Amino acid sequence: MTGLAPFRALSLAIVRGFLRDRASVFFSMVFPLMFLVLFGGLLGSQGQSEVDLVRVGEVALLDEMDADARAAFDDTFEVTRSDDLASAIAEVRRGDADVAIEMRGDTLVAHYTQTDQVKAAVTQGALRAFVDGTNVAQSGEPPRFALETERVEDESLDTIQFVTPGLLGWAVAMSAAFGAAATLQGWRQTKLLRRLQLAPVSTRTVVAARVAVTLGIALVQMAIFLGLGAAAFGLTLSGSWWAAVPLVVVGTLCFMAIGLLAGALARTTEGAVNAANIVVLPMAFLSGSFFDLSAAPGWLQAVSNVLPLKHLNEGMLDVMVRGEGPAAVLVPMAILAAFAVVVTLAAARIFRWETA
Amino acid sequence: MSAAIEVVDLAVSYGDVRAVDGVNLEVAEGEFVGVLGPNGAGKTTLLELVEGLRRPDAGTVRVLGEPVWPRNPRLLPRIGVQLQASSFFERLTTREQIHTFASLYGVAPARGDEWLERVGLVDKADTRVEGLSGGQAQRLSIACALVHDPELVFLDEPTAALDPQARRNLWDLLAGINDSGRTVVLTTHYMDEAEVLCDRVAVMDAGRVLRMDTPAALVRGLDAPARITVAPGQLRLDEARGLPGVADAVESLDGVVLVTRDPARVVARLAAEDRLDGVRVQTATLEDVFLDLTGREYRA
Repeated sequence: MTGLAPFRALSLAIVRGFLRDRASVFFSMVFPLMFLVLFGGLLGSQGQSEVDLVRVGEVALLDEMDADARAAFDDTFEVTRSDDLASAIAEVRRGDADVAIEMRGDTLVAHYTQTDQVKAAVTQGALRAFVDGTNVAQSGEPPRFALETERVEDESLDTIQFVTPGLLGWAVAMSAAFGAAATLQGWRQTKLLRRLQLAPVSTRTVVAARVAVTLGIALVQMAIFLGLGAAAFGLTLSGSWWAAVPLVVVGTLCFMAIGLLAGALARTTEGAVNAANIVVLPMAFLSGSFFDLSAAPGWLQAVSNVLPLKHLNEGMLDVMVRGEGPAAVLVPMAILAAFAVVVTLAAARIFRWETA
Repeated sequence: MSAAIEVVDLAVSYGDVRAVDGVNLEVAEGEFVGVLGPNGAGKTTLLELVEGLRRPDAGTVRVLGEPVWPRNPRLLPRIGVQLQASSFFERLTTREQIHTFASLYGVAPARGDEWLERVGLVDKADTRVEGLSGGQAQRLSIACALVHDPELVFLDEPTAALDPQARRNLWDLLAGINDSGRTVVLTTHYMDEAEVLCDRVAVMDAGRVLRMDTPAALVRGLDAPARITVAPGQLRLDEARGLPGVADAVESLDGVVLVTRDPARVVARLAAEDRLDGVRVQTATLEDVFLDLTGREYRA
């Protein structure tokens, strides 16, 4: 007795229940967006900080640079002038400046600090490049070799590019798991599950309605994330981003299954939501939702590979920002689907109609 | 009249507890039947077995001529159920709630609106179920059980946890729901409720149906003496003991209480002596029947 009208009525009832539950809406929609704004806005605008350079006395090299080189120099260095070498070096030592330069005859001497190793390397490299460049220019010969650098990731790969798929994965995982856990527990506690069992609707219709609503919420989350990322933080998606849609669908099913398991195990709605939280939040950390895992130790990466969220995140990164083809989502989808099947079977095994 | 419900040798256990222990029961079409018993007597379990929610360990249940186990989709549109808890969709309004149930049963939403009117919830139509009082929630849950006009309804303790006013309010509603020939099965642990509403009552304790009959027959069968209370100052205790037909007399705060098996004769005598001011006659009630049958304190 599967009809469209019962399916629609149930879906509508679930959607209304969700939209009217401020806590659910906050945690599945607003809360992850706050992280997106935080990461995208704060970290993204920071960019690469300039190197503070103190120029002591006359530095002929800087004056003889051509306009292009000068512009590049100003991009890298924030220049202040000083006439006293000792006080300039003291400034560098205190950390108020990154490097002090002086001319000794034709030699450029740079007094730098090793406190920030990256900055020290950038400073030395940049200064050497400017010296070499000026030498070439002065020789009057056109340079024979040129260098052009290209990043392997999409050229526009900013913080926002890395952060959006990971946070979206976390948001989808959270609302799918919480929605399934809370519905199962809540309906069981009020005996609504029993009541529906005595109505002429099939279990299939009830499950289909819940799945449809959760998928709808996940796709709305995706639209909001990508829309806000693109509109406000300069997110640019690579060609096959649409392949992330079926990936998100399978990922949602996987986390619904995890929520069902939590709901089947717990005895109260609060317990079910907490159980889902205990699973999803650490998983988000270990799956690179909040930060890049490529620098993490090997054992941690090994752990992350058994977590479904990691595969959802990686799949989304691949097609949304790394510019890989749609085939890149196939393996993650297969892994997520396998998780979904195994966890659903486990949940069905321990499921009880009542909390007695 | 054919049977709406036929229960034969029904039994189910949870671990060591025999929740329903060899129950036989027959309910005719159009009957209003009460299942009466203290908490934990097995009323709800019996109802769930009859509704087809549980698999019995032994015995059979037929409802409206159909087997109930396993889940029988042919039967479901013909029965209505109200479960003990308020089984509602979270955060829906009263109207949305009944419209949802109407859709589940393939019934027009207008029928839901009619039922809201009948149970007096029209002015609460836009209130979310969480904001309803206990009595309003019960009325809504009864309306949801009846929205598809079932031939048979099960009501599990519809008046539990209601204040006396809300209970009586609900009785008026319940008394009318089998007007159209509908069969009603109701569980309760209130004696007065069963006495007022039910054609027949099954008294249940410890998983067994101890007796089933009309309330009046049950009380008659008890053969308990009546108690006549006479206001203080009307009658001395020794006078009272000397009255013909009085088996015993005791003094209480309300006056003198006469215990008799022939209340008509005693009252006639008091009337003849013009001593009827403030007289109260109490005959046995279903509660006495219940206490007599279970032999225990009433644990409502």
